[in-house]
Amino acid sequence: MNRLTNAAELQALKDHLVQTQDPNRPIVRVCRGPGCLALGADKVSQAFQAAITSQGLGVKVQPLIKETGCHGFCSQGTMVNVAPANLCYVRVKPEDVEEIIQTTLLKGGVLERLLYHDNGTRYKSEAEIPFYRLQKKVILKNVGVIDPSDIHDAIMAGAYQSFAKALTTMSPDEVIHTVGISGLRGRGGGGFPTGFKWQKAVESVRENPGPLYIIANGEEGDPGAFMDRAIMEGDPHAVIEGMALGAYAMGAHLGFLYVRHEYPIAIRHLTTALQQARALGLLGKNILGTGFDFDIQISRGAGAYVCGEETAIIASLEGRIGEPVTRPPYPSEQGLWNRPTIINNVETWANVRHIIDRGAQWYADLGVAHSTGTKIFSLVGKVKNTGLVEVPMGISLGTLVEEIGGGVPGQEHFKAVQTGGPSGGIVPYEFRDIPPEALKPESVGLQARESIPEKKELTVDFDSMAQTGSIMGGGGMIVMDDHDCVVDVARYFLRFLEEDSCGKCLPCRLGLKGMLEFLNNFSQGKGAPEDIDALESLGRALVDGSLCGLGRSAPNPVLTSIRYFRDEYLAHIVDHKCPAGVCRDLITYRIAPDICNGCTLCAQTCPQVCITGEENKPHTIDQDACIRCGACVDVCPVNAVVVD
Amino acid sequence: MSSLDNPQSEVINFSIDGQPVQAKPGWTILETARHNHIHIPTLCYHPAIKPWGSCRLCVVEVRYGKRGKVLPSCLHPPIEELEVFTNSEPVLNVRRWVLEMLLAAVPASREIKKLAAQYGVTSTRFPITDPEEECLRCGRCVAVCSEVVGVQALTFGSAGVNKTMETPYRVPNNACIGCGCCVSVCPTGALQKRLDTVRGDLSRRTGHGFAH
Repeated sequence: MNRLTNAAELQALKDHLVQTQDPNRPIVRVCRGPGCLALGADKVSQAFQAAITSQGLGVKVQPLIKETGCHGFCSQGTMVNVAPANLCYVRVKPEDVEEIIQTTLLKGGVLERLLYHDNGTRYKSEAEIPFYRLQKKVILKNVGVIDPSDIHDAIMAGAYQSFAKALTTMSPDEVIHTVGISGLRGRGGGGFPTGFKWQKAVESVRENPGPLYIIANGEEGDPGAFMDRAIMEGDPHAVIEGMALGAYAMGAHLGFLYVRHEYPIAIRHLTTALQQARALGLLGKNILGTGFDFDIQISRGAGAYVCGEETAIIASLEGRIGEPVTRPPYPSEQGLWNRPTIINNVETWANVRHIIDRGAQWYADLGVAHSTGTKIFSLVGKVKNTGLVEVPMGISLGTLVEEIGGGVPGQEHFKAVQTGGPSGGIVPYEFRDIPPEALKPESVGLQARESIPEKKELTVDFDSMAQTGSIMGGGGMIVMDDHDCVVDVARYFLRFLEEDSCGKCLPCRLGLKGMLEFLNNFSQGKGAPEDIDALESLGRALVDGSLCGLGRSAPNPVLTSIRYFRDEYLAHIVDHKCPAGVCRDLITYRIAPDICNGCTLCAQTCPQVCITGEENKPHTIDQDACIRCGACVDVCPVNAVVVD
Repeated sequence: MSSLDNPQSEVINFSIDGQPVQAKPGWTILETARHNHIHIPTLCYHPAIKPWGSCRLCVVEVRYGKRGKVLPSCLHPPIEELEVFTNSEPVLNVRRWVLEMLLAAVPASREIKKLAAQYGVTSTRFPITDPEEECLRCGRCVAVCSEVVGVQALTFGSAGVNKTMETPYRVPNNACIGCGCCVSVCPTGALQKRLDTVRGDLSRRTGHGFAH
């Protein structure tokens, strides 16, 4: 690769690459997102490679096999996209590869069998599938399209054009101003206006001259969230370009990519991308001949959830124990090595190039007032179409879960959605799309005492989510159905946070343990109704008293679930029943004699050997010996095991 | 930061519990309160070391215009016209819960029992795991050893709920000069019993320690 010495050379390189590309050359894009990899995407792409290199195919133009980032539709993995017809094949297995080559690559036909189908309709391309149709891909535009380990592919797709544009035609202040008026807010969860933060850092440097550092926060520790991972794995240049733009705007010369150690592919792709960008002269000294110097180092986190907090990241980068310290002073005034430091989430950085490229107004028009642009969510849990979705801010929760997500399989509607990861809240179905006057506690049995959103439906943006007591967070959306117990869900998240609390301040270290104590009792049917109020009051003590965002937001799942599902808590404590049939100490398994066909599968599976019965005759469970593991429920072919 | 806007003013005027007070630039809310004999309880704060903000007993409610917030007074400097409340409901809620949890976490400490009783907390709903425990991991000893003595013989081990106060690698530390500063700053006297685990048996000391 030759070093580019000016912006015109970058443009020339792009034009050259686009012109030399044969538009009719078949391209097979195999998704290598986390979901597809788990389903064997590696074998599928190997099978394609092997088939193409060994057979020679006898065609003029060899197809190109690309291993791309996440295509998003994780429940349908392994996903394979075949260009130029843009056919979208789902659930591809290595054995299907031969047929795809024969039918599609050689004859240009469509392999109906592997198309996505729903309700009798078969969809040929991504654009037709309802899951994709309602999305608006901006940040994820190149994820799943380009080969993340080839910078040329990224440049063809427009990477580094915004950087070149800013370097040659915009002043640093103009860049900050553009980001400011675009209304971009931090995507890590806090939602702080990015442009304002940048401006602050620049002012701090003016008062106190010296270096300024920028950091990309890729420590995405929330269970069930993989937005940042998809960007870093699928389009690493988006993050690098965003950081380079920020560095130019704020006059930084060194940036850090703080990536969690659990993301080895992201680290590999980012490392490759950095090397290639340096080789092309897009990073390093005298970038594109403008005299601007900037480089990025990768720093790996060691698996601490709390190191997603910005002051803890700084401590970790400095080599201290990853514990937060009190703000102020904010990192934008005094951060890494006591210098002004800007920490933005990976997704925030990835937004910047689109704002510079297409303008602040275009970006602001994408979302709603005060929450502009698009947001990536990882839609997981009890929803038909799980995966990664990018939608404009302000979309209604109902549209997101029921139309894009396809609703809950086998049930009329979802019960609640946990938004914003472990520190987020549980938002009930009632907030989906009914007018606020119907949201009075008596009409829907809600215990909502405080603010009820004064709008027709709950839209997904920073301020509306905050009104419900939840947070937007990083973008995890865990959908729950009637078989999920809110007490158990709150307990799960609290246990996660208790393990990941750094232990510095007393409310968080002792309080999370204490709250968990309450919930453990509830899940065993112990406790008194007053304990719910005590738990709420303890939760508020944590919100007020804790040092960092982890402790301050940790009670959210508990507080929101008490607020919206107090009935369910009472059912555990007063009636000693778990309505969802989850909490082990409060349920019993029973075999319905009229349904049981006596297949003996449950008796063979039971680890306690407490299911008895003759072949072809109804079985029974010995309740005293049963440990309620649920193995019989899972194996029963006729659903005869019922939960009481 | 009104004091910065107006270089003439050498003091910051604000109020604590309705009483007008003046702070010198650089003072925290806690220091101003102590100067004015207004009591705010603390466990981890010590004038000899940098405020660390771990015990959260010193929280106060601050109101500035329409905005209100609960903050640790040991870390936050006041601003002009700030209203500080040391005994409002959210503040007492935090203190009572922290003290109740401390009664379970450090049941052997008489100091904590006394302090808790002042806030009406005499029993705890939480299970006691170690009835002998006195250390609340406030960090005073670690800070004084590093900031004042300068030897770092003490450190925190593990993280989260398992956090412990210990010596590096959990062996008696030759860096310890046996000055006893950690014992003297300890708010509960937990280190009185443990000094030997820090410096080790003096007769068996090896290596290049300090004068022992």
